[in-house]
Amino acid sequence: MIDKKSGVVKANTVILHTAALFLLPLQILFSVFLLLRGHDEPGGGFIAGLVASGAVVLYLFAHGVESTRRIMRFDPRDILGLGLLFGVISGLIAPFMGEPFFTAQWWTLYLGAETEIKLSTVLLFDIGVYFAVLGTILTVVVSLTEAEE
Amino acid sequence: MSHLVLIPILIPLLAGALSLVSWRSLLLQRWIAVVATGLLLLVSIGLLQLTREEGFVVMHVGGWAAPFGITIVADLLSAIMIVMTGVIGFTIAIYSMAMTPERHERFGYYPLMHLLLAGVSGAFLTGDIFNLYVWFEVMLLASFALLTLGGERAQMEGAIKYVTLNLFSSAIFLSAIGLVYGTVGTLNMADLAYKLGQVEHSGMVNVLALMFMVAFGIKAAAFPLFFWLPASYHTPLVGISALFAGLLTKVGVYALYRFFTLIFNGDVDYTHNILLWGAGLTMVSGVLGAAAQFEFRRLLSFHIVSQIGYMILGLALFTPLAIIGGIFVIVHNIVVKTNLFLVSGLVYRLLGSYDLKKLGGVYRHRPGIALLFLVSALSLAGLPPLSGFVAKFLLIRAGLEVGAWTVTGVALLVSVITLYSMLKIWAEVFWKPVPEGVNTERLTGEKPDSQLWLLLLPIAGLAACAVLIGVNGQPIYEVLEAAAEQLLNPALYIEAVLGDQP
Repeated sequence: MIDKKSGVVKANTVILHTAALFLLPLQILFSVFLLLRGHDEPGGGFIAGLVASGAVVLYLFAHGVESTRRIMRFDPRDILGLGLLFGVISGLIAPFMGEPFFTAQWWTLYLGAETEIKLSTVLLFDIGVYFAVLGTILTVVVSLTEAEE
Repeated sequence: MSHLVLIPILIPLLAGALSLVSWRSLLLQRWIAVVATGLLLLVSIGLLQLTREEGFVVMHVGGWAAPFGITIVADLLSAIMIVMTGVIGFTIAIYSMAMTPERHERFGYYPLMHLLLAGVSGAFLTGDIFNLYVWFEVMLLASFALLTLGGERAQMEGAIKYVTLNLFSSAIFLSAIGLVYGTVGTLNMADLAYKLGQVEHSGMVNVLALMFMVAFGIKAAAFPLFFWLPASYHTPLVGISALFAGLLTKVGVYALYRFFTLIFNGDVDYTHNILLWGAGLTMVSGVLGAAAQFEFRRLLSFHIVSQIGYMILGLALFTPLAIIGGIFVIVHNIVVKTNLFLVSGLVYRLLGSYDLKKLGGVYRHRPGIALLFLVSALSLAGLPPLSGFVAKFLLIRAGLEVGAWTVTGVALLVSVITLYSMLKIWAEVFWKPVPEGVNTERLTGEKPDSQLWLLLLPIAGLAACAVLIGVNGQPIYEVLEAAAEQLLNPALYIEAVLGDQP
């Protein structure tokens, strides 16, 4: 339907409205799964970032910019900058361990009997990529939508 | 302390990310730029010192040894170029504080500037040809955005030529990399130099050499594909023009120096003869193009092209003295050319135009600024005791020693025409009275400008550099002599990177 004031098409169908609400958390969860899986199987920061931004963009189409800004809490530009910062910092840890820059560092956390979590600078870098992709796409989409309105 | 070699790349990267995070505060971004470029300058001087002591500083990123990983190498030439990057970055950061409209700052002026500096530093320091391509692209991406920041019509027109030609050059560069990999199976520069030395010199190697020559020639704005430069460099903010003028084309020249001393040195008669022709034609076409211009920055842009000819001339003659002269021209030109652009911006601020016909009277009201311009302009033309004189003297002498009479004659002639051009600017902008109808409130000081010192400081600093380089020719000559020796002995570089391997 077309909004009479601004002439912008708004897809205010009930199905999209409701589906976006339910898909958002699912897609975000799936993106986190992809991010963590990406170390030695298909996945990783880039694709996970795309999936997460897909979720937010779907919500934005259904509910508009204001509502999206409210649920995001952070400005997309902050997410973008933070992601880049993570990416650079992940390379800066190695020299403190006496190795050349960007050498991967690993730490293993033991949780109880047979559970362990491997943390690494590679993961930090991937999280950086995730946020950078998410931040970039949301910055672009949000500013375009705001310009249209 | 081989960590030092990667820090000139990391500082701008980190500063870029930090200024993106602090997008809310423009003041903070400005100070991040000044502090980060200042740090870059300090680190680069430390790196130069280290390379003077050790010859080569090598680091294998991520602990992957050459030729499998990416190697970051600094020899004297790289270190000198990094110092120049620091100098120019620092001056532009100070200059930008007063000369950047808030609208540009809000659209990511500072993050892009840091990205550009990261690309330039990366290109100077990498020891891997594919990695070089990546840094070129980082640099170009940032420059595309900076060039069109503001979105005026003239900018778009210039940017189209700039982007098209540079993408074309990148495509040739990338295809050449692919062919090299297919031929010898390595992308590490040292390994490549070693392996190309082993294979029989066939036509294929010369074809590859020419492909790289064309790709870097376009990026360096050498004849015949230089027209993108004067079409675009006068359109963005003057700080960006100055940054481009100082650094971007020099990255292309640096790549030519690296490739045609280290890698393609088997058939010097063939490749360097083509370079010699290119150098001569570049000098002439640039300076003749400038003679017809009446727009301050366009005129200077054509002179960039003509000066590129001198730099390539040093490489083409391929004697130790010529290489020293060539690097001297690069160093001197980065300082002087940037400064001339900065002066053009200052005059614009005082009189509100870049058109020589609408300018005038600066000498009468502000003799100090006129003096600063004169130092840079005469240095560009090559008058003693300024930096340009030493640079050109070395080149001409090298040319005479080899007996390359024609091109030496051309170089001398081009110097005279350069002097003519500079005197034209002097007469129009500084000497003649202010044309009627021009607002002189700012020029005479009736309307005070509290930020003017932020513009004068970098200009005075660079002018002082031009004088110091000229007066201290001897110590600089010694450093450059060592740099030329390294360039002409590729075995040293190969051994430094590959170690004791075959």
